[in-house]
Amino acid sequence: MVDGMFPLEAHALQVRVGGHEAIKGIDLNLDGRGRIVVLGANGAGKSVLLRTLHGLIAPTSGTIRWAGSDRRPASQAMVFQRPVMLRRPALANIEYALVVNGTSQTEAELRAREAIERVGLTQLGARQARALSGGEQQRLALARAWALRPRLLYLDEPTASLDPGAAAEVEHIVGRIHAAGTAVVMTTHNLGLARRFADEIVFLHEGRITERTPADRFFNEPASNEARWYLQGELPWNTASPAI
Amino acid sequence: MVSDIIASLVTALRLVTGGDPNLWSVVSLSLEVSLTAAVLACLFGLPLGAWIGVRDFPGRRLVIICLNALLGLPSVVVGLLVYLMLSRAGPLGSLGILFTPTAIVIAQTLLVIPIVAAMARQFVEDAWQEYREQLTSLGVTPTRAVPTLLFDLRYTLLTVVLLGFGRAASEVGAVMIVGGNIDGVTRVMTTAIALETSKGDLPLALGLGIVLITVVLALNAGAYALREWSIRQHG
Repeated sequence: MVDGMFPLEAHALQVRVGGHEAIKGIDLNLDGRGRIVVLGANGAGKSVLLRTLHGLIAPTSGTIRWAGSDRRPASQAMVFQRPVMLRRPALANIEYALVVNGTSQTEAELRAREAIERVGLTQLGARQARALSGGEQQRLALARAWALRPRLLYLDEPTASLDPGAAAEVEHIVGRIHAAGTAVVMTTHNLGLARRFADEIVFLHEGRITERTPADRFFNEPASNEARWYLQGELPWNTASPAI
Repeated sequence: MVSDIIASLVTALRLVTGGDPNLWSVVSLSLEVSLTAAVLACLFGLPLGAWIGVRDFPGRRLVIICLNALLGLPSVVVGLLVYLMLSRAGPLGSLGILFTPTAIVIAQTLLVIPIVAAMARQFVEDAWQEYREQLTSLGVTPTRAVPTLLFDLRYTLLTVVLLGFGRAASEVGAVMIVGGNIDGVTRVMTTAIALETSKGDLPLALGLGIVLITVVLALNAGAYALREWSIRQHG
């Protein structure tokens, strides 16, 4: 399927961050189907991989191609563990993202209202975004990303800073975003979330993908020792890989 | 001596509260030129500082060092340079604006631009560290981020604007050189204070000093209150 985004093909990807080789030669293909969860210990390179695929970090070597082109398409978005909100009302934060991506102000206002309604924050649309709680800000970040109508959404530990209730709401919204036709690639340390959400698991260890398997098989019969140790909470601490 | 000062202070307060036309014409011209200079300096300095704050380009460090060095620019040197530019034999002499309020505005603007730009650069660069990943992820280029960051930091940058105004309003050397301290034309608070003190007219000098300090205090109090309010409102 060639639609400007998929297939997304990363080949021999290497990334150095702050003098540390965070990604050590990764090949990864995404066809835009299914929900992919990237797992791995701290410092395995999960966040760096997502940032590189999203274009926030330039690879040291290797290539990334979207539908055969090396030009990064606009139809992808990313939500971070701690979203940054502009000092303006919640709705205006969504409108801003739309306007900078070429949507007219009138259209942006309409789409922002739709997006904020979808995440259940309509009542808080006029409130200053930075005054919202952590969970509300994360839902707002999802609304902002969703409003852009991305084909692919990267989520970097979206529930890591949230209480269980807020995390469940975020998980529910992410599920709806995927159901609406957006491919999702998420990193998390929450194995319960990974088990419920993922169709496929990509497991990273020290900057390399050690396995990519359907989620059921990964949790029942992990193929690599590293994944098995990780699931058992016994992955040895790697002193050569600082947390990134 | 103390009684002289107290007597001068009482007379000064009488001049201020009594609406002395001589005093208030000087005050009004001062505020006019200083506000104009501060606004002009912000129009140039804020985008310039913000742009340097978010862009990576060859020689950036050198530019920042030069910008910071300009903070200590001797005002009389700026005054002299503007004088040379605007004097009859200078390249802009034909404009005929030497010893006019316009010349004072030019000198004050040149003095305030480095202050505004250097401080805006620092504030925006710090904010860019926080916003960079999020804004880039939304497709915002560094150049497009400049107005976004300036708007987002508007209450913080108000302090910079006031600092610029304060610098302009308290300037003496450059203003004296390019303005000439002509009574009723280019006499502003600072040059009037210098002149009246040298003449021994302490009440008028003190009166002007009281107004100058009051204006600066009031503006800073207003900015402080606005900033506190914005932190409560916007987080």
